[in-house]
Amino acid sequence: MAQSLDRPKESPSQTAGPYVHIGLTPNFCGIGGVYEDDLGSAMVNERTKGERIELRIRVLDGTGTPLKDALIEIWQADADGLYNSSAEMRGAADPNFFGWGRCPTDMETGLCSFETIKPGRVPFRDGRLMAPHITLWIVARGINLGLHTRLYFSDEEEANGEDPILARIEHRVRVSTLIAERQGDAYIFDIHLQGDKETVFFDS
Amino acid sequence: MAEPGSNQTPETGAFFQRDRQWHPPAFTPSYKSSVLRSPQKALLSFDNTLSELTGPVFGHAMIRERDNDLIHNFARPGESAIGERIIVHGRVLDERGVGVPGALLEFWQANAGGRYRHKKDGYLAPLDPNFGGCGRTLTGEDGAYAFRTVRPGPYPWPNGPNDWRPAHIHFSVFGHGFAQRLITQMYFEGDPLIWRCPIVGGIRDKAAVEALIAALDMQSTIPMDALAYKFDIVLRGRRSTLFENRPEGN
Repeated sequence: MAQSLDRPKESPSQTAGPYVHIGLTPNFCGIGGVYEDDLGSAMVNERTKGERIELRIRVLDGTGTPLKDALIEIWQADADGLYNSSAEMRGAADPNFFGWGRCPTDMETGLCSFETIKPGRVPFRDGRLMAPHITLWIVARGINLGLHTRLYFSDEEEANGEDPILARIEHRVRVSTLIAERQGDAYIFDIHLQGDKETVFFDS
Repeated sequence: MAEPGSNQTPETGAFFQRDRQWHPPAFTPSYKSSVLRSPQKALLSFDNTLSELTGPVFGHAMIRERDNDLIHNFARPGESAIGERIIVHGRVLDERGVGVPGALLEFWQANAGGRYRHKKDGYLAPLDPNFGGCGRTLTGEDGAYAFRTVRPGPYPWPNGPNDWRPAHIHFSVFGHGFAQRLITQMYFEGDPLIWRCPIVGGIRDKAAVEALIAALDMQSTIPMDALAYKFDIVLRGRRSTLFENRPEGN
């Protein structure tokens, strides 16, 4: 017998359920007066550096129906590719950009909209630059463990072509599921949970 | 960047892989809404990059005094929520057993009768005018947290013809890296509904279910005031970077 590794296991995940808004965006669901604002509802101010963009995101189930009770969080680097995080060792990120946002999908339309900036490029583990991207985390009723994916940009074709994560996708036809389409200053991104157009989700 | 004046080097090693046999799988058909909301294709696996290793840092400035007191944070002045008064406390640890300081915890729940303050909840049990159902706190230096609330009631839900959720409190947790992001539910010791619930039943390992059941903690009760339950939360641990070769700047 060897010594026991004696490590605690990660707490198992459970669905966020249909009333996730009560805890994470109480003002959005009519619970006023507890928190001043819903956390993560404003990402930029007038001093934030970088190109302003809007992300219009929907999450669709296996029948193509938009989820009206999902919640999306995004995490991204600033315009120079630096994260506003204690684990960022390369320098100080833009103090006017927190880098994290949270948005419930609209209860009528299923649309989620983020006003943010386009992120700069961040190095991969070996120093090569990844293409500009935004990390997404999706929870909802019916989702037992939060889903992790990335949003890349349709007008970054060259950078996308050399991105080490996109390069790992064996079935090349699926790469496009991670690329948001530019329309004016907005990027349109549909996340398909299931089926032919299923978005690539990550285990990382 | 490290906090000014801190003599601790922030940890930057990759997180341990998730044990997806331990977590509930995406497709758990007894929980009906998972059927059309579960990916069917394999996940793309890769070791964490900076995008997963980093994560937002929430400061104490955003937390107000009553954010961790659900008995009072929605109540009219001088009044309080109806129900069994309880304290929920514990620690946020990682898989190395190390406390996680500065972790943001957010929690939400139904009232004592099992009714949520949400327009989509049409259950017959009434709202409590003094109960909102949300709270939040940050863990201390050792990863400890505590909040006060009323014990939520079980409630029926349209899944099977007669399914009832056990009494539970939802928890949302941020660790230090976005890859540690976790939402789960806490259940109460001794509740016979736990083992009948299709959402709980998505977890295949009995020991994993037991990890979500808070124990009655008589040592932490306040006599003549509140009972207490202890609930520890474990986030992904991380490797040491000591022996990892990485180019400068990564």
